[in-house]
Amino acid sequence: MPHAAPRSLLDKLWERHIVAPETPEAPALLYIDLHLIHEVTSPQAFAALAERGLKVRRPELTLGTLDHSTPTLPPDANGRLLYASREAEQQVETLIRNCAEHGVRLLGLRDPQRGIVHVIGPELGLTQPGKTIVCGDSHTSTHGAFGALAFGIGTTEVGHVLATQCLLQRKPKSMRVVIDGAAPHGVGAKDMALAMIATIGADGGQGYAIEFAGEAVRALSMEGRMTLCNMSIEAGARSGLVAPDETTFAYLEGRPYAPSSAEFERAVSRWRNLASDAGARFDREVRIDASSLRPMITYGVSPAAAAPVDSRMPAPESASERAAAAYMRFESGDAFVTAAVNRVFIGSCTNSRLSDLREAAEVMRGRKVRSGVVALIVPGSETVKRAAEAENLHRVFIDAGAEWREPGCSMCIGMNGDIGAPGELVVSTSNRNFIGRQGKEVRTVLASPATAAASAIEGRIADPRKYLREKSEAA
Amino acid sequence: MTSFQPLRSVASRAFVLDRNDVDTDQIIPARFLTTTSRAGLGRFAFYDWRFDEHGRQKNDSPFAGVEPGDFAILVAGSNFGCGSSREHAPWALLDFGFRAVVSSDIADIFKSNALKNGLLPVTVDVRTHQRLLSSPGAAISIDLDAETLRLPDGETVSFKVEPFARRCLLDGVDPLGFLLDRIPLIEAYERESAKERMS
Repeated sequence: MPHAAPRSLLDKLWERHIVAPETPEAPALLYIDLHLIHEVTSPQAFAALAERGLKVRRPELTLGTLDHSTPTLPPDANGRLLYASREAEQQVETLIRNCAEHGVRLLGLRDPQRGIVHVIGPELGLTQPGKTIVCGDSHTSTHGAFGALAFGIGTTEVGHVLATQCLLQRKPKSMRVVIDGAAPHGVGAKDMALAMIATIGADGGQGYAIEFAGEAVRALSMEGRMTLCNMSIEAGARSGLVAPDETTFAYLEGRPYAPSSAEFERAVSRWRNLASDAGARFDREVRIDASSLRPMITYGVSPAAAAPVDSRMPAPESASERAAAAYMRFESGDAFVTAAVNRVFIGSCTNSRLSDLREAAEVMRGRKVRSGVVALIVPGSETVKRAAEAENLHRVFIDAGAEWREPGCSMCIGMNGDIGAPGELVVSTSNRNFIGRQGKEVRTVLASPATAAASAIEGRIADPRKYLREKSEAA
Repeated sequence: MTSFQPLRSVASRAFVLDRNDVDTDQIIPARFLTTTSRAGLGRFAFYDWRFDEHGRQKNDSPFAGVEPGDFAILVAGSNFGCGSSREHAPWALLDFGFRAVVSSDIADIFKSNALKNGLLPVTVDVRTHQRLLSSPGAAISIDLDAETLRLPDGETVSFKVEPFARRCLLDGVDPLGFLLDRIPLIEAYERESAKERMS
């Protein structure tokens, strides 16, 4: 009896969502199980529907949240939210109106489940193995941590999904990144992500979906896997993937939108079959040895410009690298740990979940943020905020002199007015160190929550390992 | 969609931005994304490259003296359009007058967004890319039907555009219309997968 060809996780996810197969002339018609929307990339899509007199075809498969433009400071004495601009407020009002008009559920400003789009999908249990998930947001790759095919789309495609629940897509090539070995003390998912991007380059994943595998990936919590998949797009890959396993199932069980207890076992047995078959073929394979990794930071204006925190600025080798070094004001040969820090941001869809806040709190507990340094701690969702406060983590941060804010994207993108001043050096747990991303002429250094917290304490880029217990559970 | 602009060919002098990893935050900074419209974003295109903190044109910028509409072809370093999925990036470039972007590689989401708006992403081999990067202002013509790019010396190199997107651009096929025509297929898929879930 002939054996069916071994299939990868990507193959399985792809095949089960084909409405019409790919041909040389046309991409596949791919069905979308879950569509997440936010205020920034959806208004023009709803407008396009209105122009053609179309309605949202499957509103129950769409969920809206407000995260990018929302203030992280509490309302003023009159209960008014302090928007960065009238336009930002109008954008929020537009999504509220569009969702109401089309019957789309929106986690509005006072909703206890509101939060960053890539934090709430998983924590509500909407993000599940086997699903296709899209959002007008490049960090949609985050949801691949559950063994879902998840990728960012543009606003025109947001309109396509709203109108039809489908997208025209060519199947991506497949890459497997195997991270073997055990991550040493102080090395977590963010460090692995930065090492991965430095290895394959900021465009190394272009055209690929990346499946992360190997002992170090299996050992990560779901939150760590989300951090890793989140950063796939920084290597150019629209999707990151991790095969679902016991860690995935344990995370999902009991979540509001996860299959109920009666159905859960059946769902788990389906989900187990998603893992890549032995012998599945990948278009490219990359191996990284986790045991050789150290805590990582970035020193340039691309996430691929990453190096161990305890190393020195390399000599630039191209015009682009020289420009990046000039922008960052780093001199070749300087030890990174001598660079003075003005601001620290702990948050974003990369690192704003409970385990990230625990990791930062472990470093900050009983210590003080260096005088002159502004440290912002922004939980990823209302749910994360409540959970952190139940553990008194907010007390740790406030006692250290950091600011404990309301949930949102905040300084990752700076659309809500949370930005640095020109020339400032920001150590940030977010995902992009692009020129001007955190404010005009702001210099961004990407790092893990532990490294960011240690840098807040020392007032310069700092190695977090001396502040962390051996065998830290933070991942 | 009203923004859909059919495209067969582009001929222009090349504007060269010799920098790798030009991300969509550079193409249009996030602070200009609070708009609910797609029109008029050209004034924000490469804003921080073009203007200082007081909103004055920078003299030391590659964009110094460049006005919207001066160039229809942008030649940029590798990994152009990386980062955010914001479709505001192609909207801003189009409104600034660009109709084609040429690089050795172009980020996936940007490429997809560009094609849906009539901004042609052209990926060329490294040697051609280097030649173009070192020839600012060179007269280039791009023929989408033939999938060729003609250099000033007459040399012609070929490139590939995803066939469906190419047809959409050449014939003015609207992808949303194409999708809407397939609603019966989508309904059939939904019935099948509902049955599978029950079994």
